[in-house]
Amino acid sequence: MSANASAAPRPSTEPAVEIVGVGKVFPGRRGAGVTALEDVSLQIEAGEFVSLIGPSGCGKSTMLRLIADLDAPSSGTVNVFGKPARQARLDQDYGIAFQQAGLLPWRTVRENIELPLQLHGAGRAARRARADELIELVGLGDFGDKHPDQLSGGMQQRVAIARSLVESPRLLLMDEPFGALDEMTRERMQTELARLRAETGAAVVFVTHSIPEAVYLSDRVVVMSPRPGRIVRLLDMRLGSAQERTDALREDEHFFERVSAVREALHGDAVASVQGKEAR
Amino acid sequence: MKRLRGAMLGIAGIVLLGVLWEAYKALAPANGVAINGLTVLPRTSDAAMPHLSTMLQRALDPVSSVPGSAPLWAAVLQASAFTLSVAAVGWLVGVIVGLVIATIMQRFRTAESALLPWVVLSQTVPLIALAPLVKRWGTFVHLGAFDWQDWMSVALIASYLAFFPVSIGALRGFSSPERAHLDLMRAYGVGWWRTHLRLRVPASVPYLVPALRLAAANAVIGTVVAEVSIGLSGGVGRMIIDFAQTGSSDPAKQWAPIFGAVIVGLVAAGAVVLIGLALGKYRRNEVPA
Ligand SMILES: Nc1ncnc2c1ncn2[C@@H]1O[C@H](COP(=O)(O)OP(=O)(O)OP(=O)(O)O)[C@@H](O)[C@H]1O
Ligand SMILES: [Mg+2]
Repeated sequence: MSANASAAPRPSTEPAVEIVGVGKVFPGRRGAGVTALEDVSLQIEAGEFVSLIGPSGCGKSTMLRLIADLDAPSSGTVNVFGKPARQARLDQDYGIAFQQAGLLPWRTVRENIELPLQLHGAGRAARRARADELIELVGLGDFGDKHPDQLSGGMQQRVAIARSLVESPRLLLMDEPFGALDEMTRERMQTELARLRAETGAAVVFVTHSIPEAVYLSDRVVVMSPRPGRIVRLLDMRLGSAQERTDALREDEHFFERVSAVREALHGDAVASVQGKEAR
Repeated sequence: MKRLRGAMLGIAGIVLLGVLWEAYKALAPANGVAINGLTVLPRTSDAAMPHLSTMLQRALDPVSSVPGSAPLWAAVLQASAFTLSVAAVGWLVGVIVGLVIATIMQRFRTAESALLPWVVLSQTVPLIALAPLVKRWGTFVHLGAFDWQDWMSVALIASYLAFFPVSIGALRGFSSPERAHLDLMRAYGVGWWRTHLRLRVPASVPYLVPALRLAAANAVIGTVVAEVSIGLSGGVGRMIIDFAQTGSSDPAKQWAPIFGAVIVGLVAAGAVVLIGLALGKYRRNEVPA
């Protein structure tokens, strides 16, 4: 457990996530179960940013929860940095953020960010120093002593992201972290996330409903189909290195081309190419 | 601001009660109203309903005509303090037992289904039946220099009434964290105990504070009643009975320990309010009642 301020993630040749032949069936009440995922295989390299996109109910959250070992797969294996997912969870190899910020209301912003460090026995001074650093990083400088109910939704989400980063994980799992934000805050948060990710070099698995968001942030986009959840397409984004992900990119010709590619894969037809230009 | 208004309303309520008392005494006939020998309105004679001023006057006089006896108010206050301390011990024991039972029920599903019916059932045993039993069991307890005292029986009965709301409230509170928070704790790889300490216990506070208030009320009532049934002297419970016997010759005197009991209740309620204030940061998203 590194509570060290600028501890850069150790370079690793192992893939960050290795999913092999995974299926997930939720047992139903009357015998008939829900097949959330079927025969999914996916490898995510260390430092890679991968987005999961697909219609509601296709198993994106389920996949993330399997990687996080919050649920166990019905079949197949999930390895994180070469270890079983459970071991990786116990070793604290990942940080996680959900659609709802999920902050503890009785803790201040700083105390919320310190929570994982405190649970893992970091000293008071080290905790505080690290939390202050992250508060700066997500631009909440003056709000360290405020409680979550005194913050806007976007600010709460930034706290949640700071909390997921506080132990400098090599892998970041994010389930629609910007889903509840307005478009302007959302774009700013995307830019911030791209910057954070460039600074930390962590691998990211990012669930989203927004095609432009996936294209803007990702090295690769995984397009999924519903019932049963399967991977339909793996799309390479090749938009250049993370440092170049500035707002200018959103106006780029190449960007729109990738957006329509994802849209086509999602809808399985070519109508999307016409609409590509109006992508937000 | 809101709190101040609450206090004002409380004072207004007490004043109103006093006004109603005197108004009824002034307006209703001295022998009450009886229809076919059935009294529908109580008597208002000075023996049944002394003037408030008479009660106050009596409180300043000595307890009895024995030379050197303390003023009535001082005796009542002393008895109230005694009752309050016994009730406080009962409350504390009840709260601890309630929290432990709730924790066990939260931890083990089977324990919940096994314990919960008994917890509910326990409250249907009448206090009067319990008191002599507890007193008799107490006589068997000798641990070295430790001897079971009557006040402990009273405190035990008070705790018996106090643990119930706490165990129910705490169980609801411990089960209140959302799934996202539980997932988060699991993601951090912490076990049941630290999840309990860092998540379930703080999350239970909004449920716990009203439970503590109920427990305090139960503990006070339990103490006063148990003092009578066990025959413990020194507290207001016994004083109410003792003074009632002198009722006909000194009607205002018997009201003093009743006010004493009310004061005990108010102090207990006030103490819980202070605890609630101290736990303020855990009650941030509580809807103001
Ligand atoms: N705990 C559960 N018990 C039963 N069924 C579940 C459970 N969790 C998910 N499912 C089912 O699994 C399927 C996939 O759910 P999942 O939450 O992974 O979808 P999703 O892709 O994240 O959807 P959304 O985009 O709406 O968040 C759904 O049909 C859902 O009903
Ligand atoms: Mg989801």
